[in-house]
This record gives sequence, structure tokens and C-alpha cells, in this order.
Amino acid sequence: MNRRILLAIPLLAAFACGGDKKAGGADSGTTAAASTTSGADLTGAGATFPYPIYSKWFSDYATKAGVKINYQSIGSGGGIRQLTEGTVDFGASDAPMTDAELAKAKGPILHFPTVLGAVVITYNLTGIDKALKLSGDAVAHIFAGKITKWNDSRIASLNPGVKLPAKDILVVHRSDGSGTTYIFSDFLSAVSTAWAAAPGKGKELSWPVGIGAKGNEGVAGQVKQTEGAIGYTELAYAKQNHLATAAIANQAGEYVEPSIESATAAAAGISSKLPPTTDFRISIVNAPGAGAYPITSFTWLLIPKTIPSAKKQKQLTDFLRWYLTQGESSAASLDYAPLPQSLIATLTARIDSIAAGTAP
Amino acid sequence: MTLPDGRAVVEAREGDGATLSIHGAAIGDRVYTGAITFFALCVPLLLLAIAWEIGVAGWPTLHKFGFGFLTSSDWDPVKGEFGAAPAIYGTIVSSIIALVLATPLAIGVSLFLSELAPRWLRQPVGFLVDLLAAIPSVVYGLWGIFVLLPVLRDPVMPFLRDTLHLDKTGLFTGPAYGPSMLAAGIILAIMVLPYIASVSREVLLAVPRSQREAALALGATRWEAIWGAVLPYARSGIVGGVILGLGRALGETMAVTMLIGNRPEIAASLFAPGYTMASLLANEFSEASSDAHLSALMAVAFVLFVITLIVNGIARWLVWQVSRNTSGRTA
Repeated sequence: MNRRILLAIPLLAAFACGGDKKAGGADSGTTAAASTTSGADLTGAGATFPYPIYSKWFSDYATKAGVKINYQSIGSGGGIRQLTEGTVDFGASDAPMTDAELAKAKGPILHFPTVLGAVVITYNLTGIDKALKLSGDAVAHIFAGKITKWNDSRIASLNPGVKLPAKDILVVHRSDGSGTTYIFSDFLSAVSTAWAAAPGKGKELSWPVGIGAKGNEGVAGQVKQTEGAIGYTELAYAKQNHLATAAIANQAGEYVEPSIESATAAAAGISSKLPPTTDFRISIVNAPGAGAYPITSFTWLLIPKTIPSAKKQKQLTDFLRWYLTQGESSAASLDYAPLPQSLIATLTARIDSIAAGTAP
Repeated sequence: MTLPDGRAVVEAREGDGATLSIHGAAIGDRVYTGAITFFALCVPLLLLAIAWEIGVAGWPTLHKFGFGFLTSSDWDPVKGEFGAAPAIYGTIVSSIIALVLATPLAIGVSLFLSELAPRWLRQPVGFLVDLLAAIPSVVYGLWGIFVLLPVLRDPVMPFLRDTLHLDKTGLFTGPAYGPSMLAAGIILAIMVLPYIASVSREVLLAVPRSQREAALALGATRWEAIWGAVLPYARSGIVGGVILGLGRALGETMAVTMLIGNRPEIAASLFAPGYTMASLLANEFSEASSDAHLSALMAVAFVLFVITLIVNGIARWLVWQVSRNTSGRTA
């Protein structure tokens, strides 16, 4: 008896081990296939920033239309990679795909802006109740380490009557790759030629000064704990946590506080000037228009122009129509800025170009 | 089920087993040996497969930057310039700080538990120390942000710098913002402490009673018995425990990322922020989309892999040296 049991253990384990290996070998393929058959009709992956609103949309849409969409918020970079490899039906990104990335994809990819994200400048200065006013130039100088004291004349001149302390400025930036950093550095590159030359724009930068903190919560936590610190977070996070935010000068020289309305105003300012053939891979930082908050960006769904399965093509295009007509109205409830009305019609027309079939 | 039926079943089973053991012994042994060998080979093969995969993925970067990848401090994903020196430096320095702080503490705890503590205290204290190992690292990170950093900022860092005048050493200078190499080293020390302590405790408990009794019989005090007879006997085991802690410290990611300040720069002061290879990977991997960037991160992973192997190699050698010396003396 004993001997038989002893014999059985390694044998069973060997079977178990072999089984595992088999499953591991065909990893991505089987998981994608499994999730399609086990409930989800469409799968997507990408940006984490819009995840709260996307998950609300997908859940609302599942209740309404009975189409289940499985979305994994693995980050924009991962979303683009998975879409390129064809393991998901659609991707999502906080930064538009570059020409090089588009060239690597199996077929043409369409960019659909969904909501707007805004990045706020948050700071910790005791005794200052009114929102600090900062110009784009001043922000660029602070984050480049060229302005190092709060009472620097380049900040003081923008805030007459505010008693600024002679404290050192501690710059806090994101350490993890992030769409928030992309939007912020896109803005700084737009307003400062020195910044555009170096460090430039990207999801990760070589920061001239400061401390890197992980996530919005890391940046906000570090700023809250350190007198004299300045950092940036996304609007939704700042609103929910009641952070002190600066009013930023926009293109017209008007100081605008970050809000859902001022973010939408930025998109409206740009979208009226868009050519009808636009691919929507556009930056809307430092946008023209009254009341436009300058550090604003779209976040995009990345949809293949040709979808092999006719069923998926219909499900996906139906969803796109739904979010443009119904979904947008729930954006503000989760502190996302909805698209301006002027964009909806152009985007709706663009849906018709998504076809079923294989890429030529 | 009736009794005769039940008995019949039992007999049949026994008969079955007997036949198998007579006719199948040789085959059984061979299958067993084969299966066990397969398992034994699985691990090194897996290690090789990982090294190969990471190496291949990181090769374009290693090839392009060559040795400069290890010595350059320039980490700029926008321009595609990659140098891992600050992360390598940070990984090693934060681990050293952790070991310097944790080793004496851990040996103290384990000596207390094995030699001095009353029996009723031994179990609960030992359990609590072991429990430190069960706390998820993100919890350590949060605790670090909300408790450790404020305490470091005021009073610990100003005390070290201004009251003890340690700024003259160059290690404790600059503004005390909190997130720093020191903070990362301290959190790592707390995290590796239970590993070193529990291994040391087991090793100390395994020291034969006769060793202590002999020392005491020669007129040694309790302290002399511990220092002269118990510790040398347990030395190689304790070094092994320290190595286990070092392994943990080199690879720890989450808590370090939250406390080190993530600045790819080599600074002499421990108050300055730094970077480690593991946090660099954790920070940038999910959003890296360009091939050059991905390859650079893989190259960092490869370097971390190699450094871990080298450190473990040195550690093995150290343990071997120590145990050889000890056994040489005993003989």
C-alpha cells in the first residue's frame, strides 16, 4: 500500500506539471479565446487613466445592449502592444499612437477620443488661500529647476499681493510611466522651446530636478507632506482629494482654474478648427478659446479599421455610437470632462468607415 | 454494506497491492528516478530559459551601449539614451544599508530568543518577528509614506545632520525631504529582518548544549559563552541567513519604489533620492511602448539577474569559507 502511494505522488505531480506547461505555452492565445467564449463578446486593453469611466460605460452597455466588453487597464503602452499583436479587439491610450507604432500594426487603426483629461498643478504653501497664478513659462522654469524659490520674481510678478515664502521649491513628478506625465510634458513642450529641446515630451522623462513618486496618490501624498512642494496630478484625482490647484495662463493670457468645464472648453476651442479629414491624433494643450484650461488632452479608444468578424464589427460600432450619444453624459459624474458637442457629429460619421473583413 | 462484502473489498485491495510490489518494483523504481530527475532538472532549465529570454530581449541595448550601459547615468526614454549606473548603484547601496541595520538587530533578537528569553516569551516574540515577513510589501510602502517619512523628515534627518554633525561625513547632507536612499534602506532593513532572525534563531537553537556547557564549565560568563562558543559555532548558518536577507533586499520592488524618490542619479548623501533596478522596471515597464525602451528595460532586468547571481555566488563562497574555518577549528 505505502509503496503504491509513494509511487503515485511523483507521477500525479508529473501529470500536473505537464498540464501546466501546455497551458503556459499557448498563453495569450488561449486566454483571449477563453474570455471570448466564457462571456465577454469584446476584449480591450490599455490606458488606466480612463478606466473608471470605461468600466462604467461597459457595465451600463452590458445591461442595456447585452454585449459584454472585457477591458483590462494594463497601461497605454501595453494596450498598444496588445492591439498591434491582435490579442485584443480594441486598445485604449492616453497618448496617440506614433507613426512608427501605426506602421507596425496589422492594419489601419482609428483614434476615437472618448473623454478629456486635464492635469492640475498642485502645491503646498501654508497661508495662501487663493489659487496661485502661474504662467506656462513659470511652470516650465519651476519643473526645469530654473526657478528654485517660491518668492522668485517670476512667480511673484504673476501674483501681486500674495506673500510668497522664501522657501525652496521641491518638484515632485511621477516615477511610473503615465499618460498624465505625457499630457503635462506635452504642455510644457508647447509653451517652452527649451523644454521641448530637453527633456521633451513622453510618458517617462529624464527629469532635470525633483523626486519621483508612484501614481497620483504618491505625488499628492508627497506634496501634502512637504511644505514648499509642487507636483501635478490628473484633475479627477485632485477634485476627489480637494488638492490646492493653481490657475494656469492659457494661450489668450487668461488665468483658468482646472475644471470639467474649462477642459471641455479647451477641446471646443480646437475642434472648431479641425479639418474634416483629421485622424484625431491631435494635441489640445495650450488650446485657444475663452476659458480653455491649457493642460488638457483627449484619451483615445484605438479601433482597427477592418475587423475580421462581422459580428464583432457590428458590436463594436454599436458601442461606439452608444458612447457618443449616451455615454458622454455620465462622464462628468466621475469627474471626466465630456467631449464638446461639435466633435460628436464628426466622430459619429467616422464610425461608418469601420468595415468587416480582413485588412488589405 | 454487509460485513462479508466489506471484508471482500479489503482483501482484493491487499492482493492487488502485493502483485504490484512484486512485479512492478523495478519499473516503479525507474519511473520514480526518472520523475525525480525531471523535477530536479526543471529548476535549472527554467533559470536558463529566463536568462536566455531576458538576455535576447535586452541584447539590442547591451550591444548598442556596450559597457557604457553599466557606467552611464543618462536614462532618457525620450531621446533613447539608456544608462543603468544609478539604478545599479542604488540597488547595491540600499541593500547594504538594509543589511548593516538589520543584521545586528536580527542576531540580537535571535540570541535573546535562543539564549536569554524565558520560555513563555520565546514563542510569542518569535511569532511576531516571523509575522513581519508576512506583511505585503505595498503595506510596508504605505506605512513608509505615512509614518516613516514624516519621522525621518523631522526629527531623524535633522538630528543626524545638525545635532550629531554627521554631515561632515558627506553621507548625511542636503535637504531632508524624506524620500531617500536612507528611507529605502530602513524599510528594507525591516523587511529582511525576519528572514535573518528566523534563520539565525534556528541555527542558534541547533548549537549543541554541550558547547555552552563546556564553555560555562571552563568558567566563562554567560556573555563569554555566547560570544566565544555559541556564535562561532553558528556563524556559517547566520551568514546564510544574511544572504537570504540580501537576496530579498536586492529584488524588493514595491516598498522601495514608494520611498526611494526614484531619481536616476548617483549622490553621495543618503538623504538624496535614488533609484533601484527593480523599481525602474516596475515604474516604466507598463507604459514602455518603443522597442528601444523595452529592450533597455530588459537589459536592466538582465543586469539585475546577473548581479543577483554574482552576489549569491560570493555569498556561497563566504558561507563555504566560514564553515571551513569553523570546522577546521573544531577539529
